[in-house]
Amino acid sequence: MQTLKMALKSIGSNKLRAFLTMLGIIIGVMALVILVSLVNGATGSVTDTISSLGSNMLTVNVSDNKGAPVHLDDLRTWMEEDAIGNAAAYTKESFTGKSGGNSDSVDVYGVTAYYDTIQDLSMMLGRFIKSTDIENHTYVCVINETLATELIGYTDCVGKEITINGVKFTVVGVLEDNDTSLTSAFSSDSLVAYIPYTTLVRLSETTTLEITSFYVSAAENGTTDQAEERITKILMDRFEDDEDAFSVKSQNVLEDTMSTVTSALTILLGGIAAISLIVGGIGIMNIMLVTVTERTREIGIRKAIGANRRVILQQFLLEAVVLCMMGCAIGIGLSWAILRVIGVVVSSLSITFKMNLNVVLVAVGFCFMIGIVFGLYPANKAAKMKPIDALHYGG
Amino acid sequence: MGKIDKKREPDKKETLISLRDVCKNYQIGREVIHALDEATLDVKEGEFVSIIGPSGSGKSTLMNIIGCLDIADSGEYILDGIPIEDYTEGELAKIRNQKIGFVFQSFNLISKLTAEENVELPLIYQKVKRAERTRRVEEALKRVKLEKRASHYPTELSGGQQQRVAIARAIATNPSLILADEPTGNLDSVTSKEIMDIFHELHRTGHTIVLITHDNDVAQQAERSIHILDGKITEVRR
Ligand SMILES: Nc1ncnc2c1ncn2[C@@H]1O[C@H](COP(=O)(O)OP(=O)(O)OP(=O)(O)O)[C@@H](O)[C@H]1O
Ligand SMILES: [Mg+2]
Repeated sequence: MQTLKMALKSIGSNKLRAFLTMLGIIIGVMALVILVSLVNGATGSVTDTISSLGSNMLTVNVSDNKGAPVHLDDLRTWMEEDAIGNAAAYTKESFTGKSGGNSDSVDVYGVTAYYDTIQDLSMMLGRFIKSTDIENHTYVCVINETLATELIGYTDCVGKEITINGVKFTVVGVLEDNDTSLTSAFSSDSLVAYIPYTTLVRLSETTTLEITSFYVSAAENGTTDQAEERITKILMDRFEDDEDAFSVKSQNVLEDTMSTVTSALTILLGGIAAISLIVGGIGIMNIMLVTVTERTREIGIRKAIGANRRVILQQFLLEAVVLCMMGCAIGIGLSWAILRVIGVVVSSLSITFKMNLNVVLVAVGFCFMIGIVFGLYPANKAAKMKPIDALHYGG
Repeated sequence: MGKIDKKREPDKKETLISLRDVCKNYQIGREVIHALDEATLDVKEGEFVSIIGPSGSGKSTLMNIIGCLDIADSGEYILDGIPIEDYTEGELAKIRNQKIGFVFQSFNLISKLTAEENVELPLIYQKVKRAERTRRVEEALKRVKLEKRASHYPTELSGGQQQRVAIARAIATNPSLILADEPTGNLDSVTSKEIMDIFHELHRTGHTIVLITHDNDVAQQAERSIHILDGKITEVRR
């Protein structure tokens, strides 16, 4: 307590210098708090927009059907529900695909109609799998651009035949590889073919008509939450109120990607701000070294009347920490003000820039650490002085 | 202090300070100055000793060594029955804080602190409680008749007043050994007498006092007078 008073007094005795020293910390803290808060605010509003667009879809997995397996008819019934838009079953297998002399491993999806709508796939040529294809177990397939170019050799291949697992399929559509889509960034380069679900059941031994995974989308005028609530209710009723029998996950690739990008951005900006904080810390160390030299005589006197090493160390360390924390407080205050101003300026954009409490805590902790780390050397230098040398210093 | 009490031998109990052939040299360029030349000195507990000698004879150097501020180049210094080398740095700080009251020739007040804060400082290091501290500071300043200048900074005080603040700081902790380097050097004869009265009073209450002075009259007031010339000590019996 007494030491704190001494530290404040000593800082107060040279306000301009203290302020200039703190400037580094102030700027560092402002950079950290403002940048991270801005990124968070911006992402928050973007994420909100994405969610409200209803582009969310739900992934449903059934692990235990309790003797009441889900069939294609059930999906058709559920699609009648008010809260639910489309539902599409899917299953994925890997087969060898052949065309001409080429052969390669192909990811084959057994899907039902509306799969393209839910997944937001866009056609380059032809059409997607239709309900009639499902009913008639037709041997048609829709392929992606990569498969077309790598296996067939050209993309204008509607009507061509390819062999999947030894069975001939007619290509009825080619999907665009959307380079700008975030989804494709993670699933590029694989050869993909979509075939009717029922056809895959014939082709494969593992896939049966008992559907274990399907997508559900929200109704056009509803939200994902409503759809999730409805489908969960239906499945709970069906599977004897056992919530472990199935899972309903709202899976939004965009949102996931967004949060990955945000955390990367936060770390990047936070890192830059941290560097400026460290530079500020070096400024503190510099001025503390000057202070210690200037006050050599005072240190000598204090030691002569009985201050031990620890007391002196404490005094100068505390001074450095107080200097840091004052800079930190000013920086946080200014950040708050600036964020308020930005908030008012962009209020028309419905983006809220709130100060992020976590980043404030991080800033406080970091400043404290910097105070300790950069204050330790000068303080130790002061503590180690010999009383007689210090007393006779400079006169 | 427990360690010190334990090690103290019964027959040496009386002797507080014991210097044996202590030398201190300063090398300036090629010239070596013998500030202290085989100085031998004993001071018993409760004694009032004055040290007198011309300027540059090594009085302050001797004081610094006795006060554990400086270390001799050679010779032996036994404080309270224990050789000085056996004390740790922390113990020496504690001795300076609790056992010794230093009145420096150049006052050595901290210019950023007021008179009362300067006097308070050793008490803070002793971890004395706030109320008790205030009381002792007030009392010490009263003894040197400076209660009216308590909140003045050293630069706002005259030389004599600064000297009295330094004396107040030395006696505030009620130390058993008082080392005073020309405490009356800047004072008129009346104030000088008042200060000497304080020292006599301290002496009466059992404190050990080592007092450095130029003034023969002041030196005569002590029980024992020691003469120092070019670093060599000669005992002047009365
Ligand atoms: N730090 C130092 N470096 C070099 N020489 C020193 C130092 N301190 C003292 N001396 C020398 O040692 C000698 C004794 O000095 P000291 O300060 O003990 O004298 P003093 O008896 O106290 O004199 P005064 O009565 O003027 O205060 C002097 O010749 C001085 O020049
Ligand atoms: Mg002197």
